[in-house]
Amino acid sequence: MSALSMTHNKIRMILKTHGKLSVDAVTLADNDDLYEAGLSSFATVQLMLALEDEFGVEIPEKLLNRRTFASISAIANVVESLNGARRTA
Amino acid sequence: MALASESRLSVVERARYVATEIAAKNAAQVDREGRFPHEVVAALKQERLLSVMLPGEFGGENATLEQVAGACSILAHHCASSAMIFAMHQIKLSSLISHGQASPWHRAFMQRIAREQLLLASATTEGGIGGDLRNSICAVKVNGTQFDLEKDATVISYGAYADAILATAKRHPDAPSSDQVLAAVIKDQYRLEKTTDWDTLGMRGTCSDGFKLIAHAPAEQILPKPFAEIAAQSMLATSHLLWCSVWFGIAGDAVSRAQAYVRAEARKKPGTTPPGALRLAEAVAMIQSMRANILANLRRFAGADEDELMSLGFAVAMNNLKVDVSQTAVQVINHALLICGIHGYKNNTPFSVGRHLRDAHSAALMISNDRILSNSANLLLAHRYDLGLID
Repeated sequence: MSALSMTHNKIRMILKTHGKLSVDAVTLADNDDLYEAGLSSFATVQLMLALEDEFGVEIPEKLLNRRTFASISAIANVVESLNGARRTA
Repeated sequence: MALASESRLSVVERARYVATEIAAKNAAQVDREGRFPHEVVAALKQERLLSVMLPGEFGGENATLEQVAGACSILAHHCASSAMIFAMHQIKLSSLISHGQASPWHRAFMQRIAREQLLLASATTEGGIGGDLRNSICAVKVNGTQFDLEKDATVISYGAYADAILATAKRHPDAPSSDQVLAAVIKDQYRLEKTTDWDTLGMRGTCSDGFKLIAHAPAEQILPKPFAEIAAQSMLATSHLLWCSVWFGIAGDAVSRAQAYVRAEARKKPGTTPPGALRLAEAVAMIQSMRANILANLRRFAGADEDELMSLGFAVAMNNLKVDVSQTAVQVINHALLICGIHGYKNNTPFSVGRHLRDAHSAALMISNDRILSNSANLLLAHRYDLGLID
């Protein structure tokens, strides 16, 4: 399993626990629209806290928008870029 | 009757004309009978005030939200129900302006609103959901080019008197409750079956009865943007800003009555400061901070780009504005009541503030302050509030 697909799966499990989705997060494809799956702005904050804890990153406020949380891939891109920034710092 | 619009008066001047010449004369009856302020809405239409915020290309006057807020507060000096009806119409219109310009149907609809001065109402609350407007049980059922919608709307303010309704619903019957759209339906496309009566403490003229809304209309009337974005980018902010302007106007009229009372007392006993003067000073200090809060947030909204509108900080600021102004308005009017004493408590004196107090008590409830504070509490787990004094 590649690093990226491991990230995707971790995000999927966090979504299952904290996303309050109307579908089982395990069944979601990487690019499925999370808002269509029932992600609310309220749940987004809990999701963010869980992501920060799992990946050891701090998501800057300017990234806390609908685009960031639109899909598993979108979240993974943000997490990876924050991890990358930390590694090169 | 003078047609103020013919003399090219400003939005605020025309609102003042409607407020003092029409609304003031009927406000007590509107309140007592809990009836729709027909004559005020007719005057608003005659003065073309229902379309002022539309861009010129649609027949509007490009009025800013700040100008509309000014009009709301002036109307509220004389009739809070009329002011709230005007505010709620403008909130719906702002959603169309912000999110309807890419859709040919909504562009034509906006032209029609200006031409015919259509009054827009809102169906966002629903049985089983209550005031949580970001969830729906009902759904639009699209069938080819048409859609059907049946909504148990527990409140549609002035629903029976509106020319069109903007209703929230799930995107499709199997969509999650938070995946909503906003659909516009025009009077000949829907039927309203009244379910509950609006017999309330205050804001009685808004006639916010409950209805079952049954609509059938072309699918192109569903706004293309998700309602989540419409709510965040235009509706929540304009709601809080214009509602607060109404509450500010109610409180302002109570203060002006209290001030008149204190001055009359002072004239009776020259050389002494009447006992109510100190409390009046407190009320004026409170209303000053209400005004500063509203204006600062109107200007923040006017200068905000799409990212700012969607930011946590902006949502927290609008929540704070609503909670603070709704609470302070009641405190200010309560001060006015204490100042005016029995003359304030009695109806039909120049110092009566009973209606003001009853109307203002709606402020904490229309989207419950507790719900708003819970929302802020959640947002503040993520948002780092800017504690700097200047930008």
